Amino acid sequence: MKLASLGPANRVPRAEDTHPLTWRLREDGEPVWLDEYRRTNGYQALRKALDELTPAATVQAVKDSGLKGRGGAGFPTGVKWSLMPADDTRNIRYLLCNADEMEPNTWKDRLLMEQLPHLLVEGMLISAHALRAGRGYIFLRGEYVDAARILNRALAEARDAGLLGRNILGSGFDFELFVHTGAGRYICGEETALINSLEGRRANPRAKPPFPASVGAWGRPTCVNNVETLCNVPAIILHGVDWYRSLARSGSDDMGTKLMGFSGRVRTPGLWELPFGISARELLETHAGGMRDGHKLKCWQPGGAGTGFLLPEHLDAAMHAGGIAAVGTRMGTGLALAVDASVSMVSLLRNMEEFFARESCGWCTPCRDGLPWSVKILRALEQGQGTPEDLQVLGELVEFLGPGKTFCAHAPGAVEPLGSALKYFRDEFEAGIAPSARARVGLAQT
Amino acid sequence: MSLTLIQTDRFTLSEAERQAIEQEKQHFEDPRAVSIEALKIVQQQRGWVPDGACEAIGALLGIPASDVEGVATFYSQIFRVPVGRHILRVCDSMTCFIAGHETLLVRLRDQLGIEPGQTSADGRFTLLPVCCLGNCDKAPTLMIDDDTYGNVSADALARLLEAYP
Repeated sequence: MKLASLGPANRVPRAEDTHPLTWRLREDGEPVWLDEYRRTNGYQALRKALDELTPAATVQAVKDSGLKGRGGAGFPTGVKWSLMPADDTRNIRYLLCNADEMEPNTWKDRLLMEQLPHLLVEGMLISAHALRAGRGYIFLRGEYVDAARILNRALAEARDAGLLGRNILGSGFDFELFVHTGAGRYICGEETALINSLEGRRANPRAKPPFPASVGAWGRPTCVNNVETLCNVPAIILHGVDWYRSLARSGSDDMGTKLMGFSGRVRTPGLWELPFGISARELLETHAGGMRDGHKLKCWQPGGAGTGFLLPEHLDAAMHAGGIAAVGTRMGTGLALAVDASVSMVSLLRNMEEFFARESCGWCTPCRDGLPWSVKILRALEQGQGTPEDLQVLGELVEFLGPGKTFCAHAPGAVEPLGSALKYFRDEFEAGIAPSARARVGLAQT
Repeated sequence: MSLTLIQTDRFTLSEAERQAIEQEKQHFEDPRAVSIEALKIVQQQRGWVPDGACEAIGALLGIPASDVEGVATFYSQIFRVPVGRHILRVCDSMTCFIAGHETLLVRLRDQLGIEPGQTSADGRFTLLPVCCLGNCDKAPTLMIDDDTYGNVSADALARLLEAYP
């Protein structure tokens, strides 16, 4: 059976200096194993980091590169790294790879892990050396069974070649790396919940501060980075900061390339490695081929379930943090979803809030109780059984579950698309108010 | 089913399960970390996790059985009741919703008589909802056991099921 991640990214023209993440992808979609990876400059960046760079120099290079987290939040990676204690006496440290890809409409880390396992291993080795971490775990969602098999084979290859374990490539640097597979639950992708899950506990998020960089897994300094983030590191080290900063289009506040995609009723749904700063229109029309015949774009989401809906008139927004913020939401994972005119926004939001309600860990009240409430209301509106008060309550939930009012970012992510749908498509929600209730408040019958 | 539940009172870990759990312990600085993996090891052997397994795993890892139970009931891929021979996971993300995953669920209800969370009367399939399977350019998507399928139509689904007796 072909790997699920085989797709357009395997077929488009690519080059090492423009597609640092995906240039090694094979046309047949098979994993790039160690021999082939080494033949194509693989582990050269590790060699350079071990031979020529101090850990501090690598941290500085990543900071200067402008690399930001690719898991959806976009926190500067170099800043996160520099939060790790400088104190050498805290000598047990962990590097965790967040490979718990479960954000609805996100299928990028799967590609990297299934087809380029050694790129991740090399990225983790360089990062671990920079952070002086002796042990790492790849926290992989349980359903990615092919990725688990492929990563474990790549780890075995790396161990046999002296790239993992003691005294790596004769440098004196030791690093052990394990694949840890999860057992479900979206919340495991929240970095402190991930740490709890790795420790064998329920995946409730932890209070911050203290941040994982000071008190993380088993109380040790811990750094959690996304798969795609770590896969950017080798090229930054091998080809340099100036080259990396030249990749994005001018005006972009994000540096480098990004795995971007478009799904929904578009001609060619898929994933491509593209420079930050291209317009969403270019992503949709040039790469995804525009909408399928007979389908009209109603709205779109720039990067996952936790980002807001945007209108067709926003398609000229540039795909980088500032470009998407300028039109009112976040870029998230950069994998966009096209919603066509045949889709009911009430039904779509009902589906989305069912997901967020089911996946709430239950730790804090606004999230645990507010999300099922939103589902109940959305189901009523979908069946034409709503009341005028329902719309008011939905608006309040958007407010009460928003940023800063809950323990983690789960509920704010859940109400971001709801708030934008209420803003742009209020008439569709109003149409779900029952006829008797419409008469009571003097609304026109539909 | 009631017979199976009664038998769990006399649960003991098999030697193979015990060894697999001991092996996993070496990967972590604290044995508690193995609790989820230990539950998966038991589930792999038996298809589900009987009550007694939580006590046995707790004893092996040196943590309270209630903690293991707390973990077992938190994670959606740990099964606390017997399941069918095959696990059918239909992705219910918004992308698959747009691509019509609910028509797949209707077809499964008609053909197998089950809703998400239920097991068919013949014990062949358990149908579970699952978070986005990360196969969104091939929506709708689903998994049957460890196999992932994309661009699944309702008619194709009926044929796919035949490969899982």
